[in-house]
Amino acid sequence: MTEMSGADMVVQALVDLGVDTVFGYPGGAVLPIYDALFNHPTIKHVLVRHEQAATHAAEGYARSTGKPGVVLVTSGPGATNAVTGITDALLDSIPMIVLTGQVPTNLIGTDAFQECDTVGITRHCTKHNYLVMDPDRLGPILHEAFYIATHGRPGPVVIDIPKNVQVATGSYSMPETIDHQSYRPQVEPDPQAIDAAIALIAAAERPVFYTGGGVINAGPDASAALRKLVGLTGAPITSTLMGLGAFPSDDPKWLGMLGMHGTFEANMAMNRADLIVAVGARFDDRVTGRLDAFAPEAKKIHIDIDRSSINKIVPVDVAILADAGRALDALIDAWGAKGHRARDLGEWWRRIDGWRATRCLDFPEKKEPGAEIMPQRAIKALFDATRGRDPIITTEVGQHQMWAAQHFGFSAPNRWLTSGGLGTMGYGFPAAVGAQIAHPGRLVVCIAGEASLQMNIQEMATVSQYRLPVKIFILNNEWMGMVRQWQELTYESRYSNSYSDSLPDFVQLAAAYGWTGLRIDTLGQLEEGIAKMIDTPGPVIVDCRVAKLANCFPMIPSGAAHTEMILQPSDVTGTMDDEAKALV
Amino acid sequence: MKITTEAGERHVLAVTVDNEAGVLAKITGLFTARGYNIESLTVADITPDHALSRITIVTNGPPPVIDQIIAQLDRLVPVHKVTDLTDAGMAHVEREIALVKVAGTGDKRIEALRMADVFRAKVVDTTLTSFIFEITGSSDKVDRFVALMRECGLVEVGRTGVVAIARGPEAL
Repeated sequence: MTEMSGADMVVQALVDLGVDTVFGYPGGAVLPIYDALFNHPTIKHVLVRHEQAATHAAEGYARSTGKPGVVLVTSGPGATNAVTGITDALLDSIPMIVLTGQVPTNLIGTDAFQECDTVGITRHCTKHNYLVMDPDRLGPILHEAFYIATHGRPGPVVIDIPKNVQVATGSYSMPETIDHQSYRPQVEPDPQAIDAAIALIAAAERPVFYTGGGVINAGPDASAALRKLVGLTGAPITSTLMGLGAFPSDDPKWLGMLGMHGTFEANMAMNRADLIVAVGARFDDRVTGRLDAFAPEAKKIHIDIDRSSINKIVPVDVAILADAGRALDALIDAWGAKGHRARDLGEWWRRIDGWRATRCLDFPEKKEPGAEIMPQRAIKALFDATRGRDPIITTEVGQHQMWAAQHFGFSAPNRWLTSGGLGTMGYGFPAAVGAQIAHPGRLVVCIAGEASLQMNIQEMATVSQYRLPVKIFILNNEWMGMVRQWQELTYESRYSNSYSDSLPDFVQLAAAYGWTGLRIDTLGQLEEGIAKMIDTPGPVIVDCRVAKLANCFPMIPSGAAHTEMILQPSDVTGTMDDEAKALV
Repeated sequence: MKITTEAGERHVLAVTVDNEAGVLAKITGLFTARGYNIESLTVADITPDHALSRITIVTNGPPPVIDQIIAQLDRLVPVHKVTDLTDAGMAHVEREIALVKVAGTGDKRIEALRMADVFRAKVVDTTLTSFIFEITGSSDKVDRFVALMRECGLVEVGRTGVVAIARGPEAL
């Protein structure tokens, strides 16, 4: 036990927990902690320009390293600005610790300056939260918070610390182990469930693996186990947006992403399968399409660490409550122990090859050098140019995000950072900042839309300050493209407020912040422009002008089944009824 | 377009939680945030050191929703255990207390007292023109008593909501 101030305790606990980076913004109610961090030898504080960016940067750090991201913000507006990123981390299961300053305990509830009910506001957008009223509780709470954020299904934990608790002294000691009274997530799978699952997998004639972000969260070993199990069974595999990278996209068993903007072959395989093995995925509405038509012929196995994800949307036949990696290891062991061999899935693969033959990701384009660039082509060119460089890719939210998911290939986990559940415009750029801080030598590219980027564009200053070589690749079509696409499909092209008017000149903006700015206007400039972006040291913003009215296909319209995909613009017919319009 | 809701069934859940600030807000907030129903909710601490509270929740929903409610409650960090007392094979006892104030004179006052006797309600306060009855029983029984008292000069009623416990020698 050591006697120290609450602020020193916070910093000591962060050191003891192995934290090397804190993303934050100072303010009155966290000044004691900022003073304790002053010139700290091991903890780097990254000063963002808006608290929301601190949370997304922490998410980028967490998603690219597997370690929890740490955020430090002040009371009131500091805390409320962080709420979007906290919610984003909750929906995408990102481990994150958010330390918020609070007014002193004697002023709580008096509408004091920069007071807000932080624990009240964040109660339902955190995995757990704390208001620390006693400095002696600070140490145990910090350690418990890290345990909760990183164990079971990861998520954000908020610790609200009144200023007088930061100043007062208390005793601190590093706990040996965390033996939590009530929070003990089950990580080891039930052997009976494993046996039942393996029997179904061995007997299936038309199996599909459907994997999600849970595999990424379970660590690189889980991705390796997934590859092994898929190899043993010879079954096709698809993944959610959040799960991209767990399985290599150049493997012949890879069907591409599934769901609303997934591939025809992935969605058709889900629809016609007789067995679906869901691993760390949660049957989100973007994935399932119309529920009563979702995988109607399939038995379903669901591996998830969160009991509340099981049977939430789709009833399953075998539930395996466990860490995805442990469950996959157990399935591999059981497969070998029972002496199973891969079945002949030739007939199933022939049907899949038939669906693949539609070449659903093809898009019409002109090939001459002066032609306008199709956004899909821009993504493919970026992918080709960065092959072998093992880049980390972040995205904002919208059409460019879906095109990136469709056309950029990933071969390893923790390289693809995107906002899936909450769909937060403004996520990608600060997430790239966080990823670049964690991986100073790596190529980090934020694929952005010109609209999303402006939601956290102030972080250009953060990048300049820390000399981060972040690259922003804007697919600039001068539209909030996904909004415009829905207005075209649902509201007879009444483009209400979806035009990106009064855009800045991004090249001049780059210059203003001391970045390099590039503009790409035609197909002939694309490859050279991307090469220049990669080869230019320091931060680069690329304003890549793309076809203005391109839409993202294939697409399952809201409330439609996997078999009712729109493959090309010419498939769009008729108008939507109110039932369809009411769906998100 | 019409918005429809599914018919549900009534379930009684016993939830043990850490007795700390914010737990009740977490639980009631979960019900509002996810659109679940609360028919009644009671809470009090149940251990000598005041470390644990027991919450009894009466809720209503189709079976998959009840399953979700249990799973969602169970993953809250301060929640130790969630038991569905309505679960098949889980016989349980439910009780509720009501305090019922009736005002009046003459025949109505006599009738109120007579019915209170039939329902084994106790008189806990009286004036020349009023009674307060204390009645304990199932929610149904309390409902029926309160309904009868409406005819006898009911002026006020306070109810605790349901507490429930499983039958037999075992603890949850």
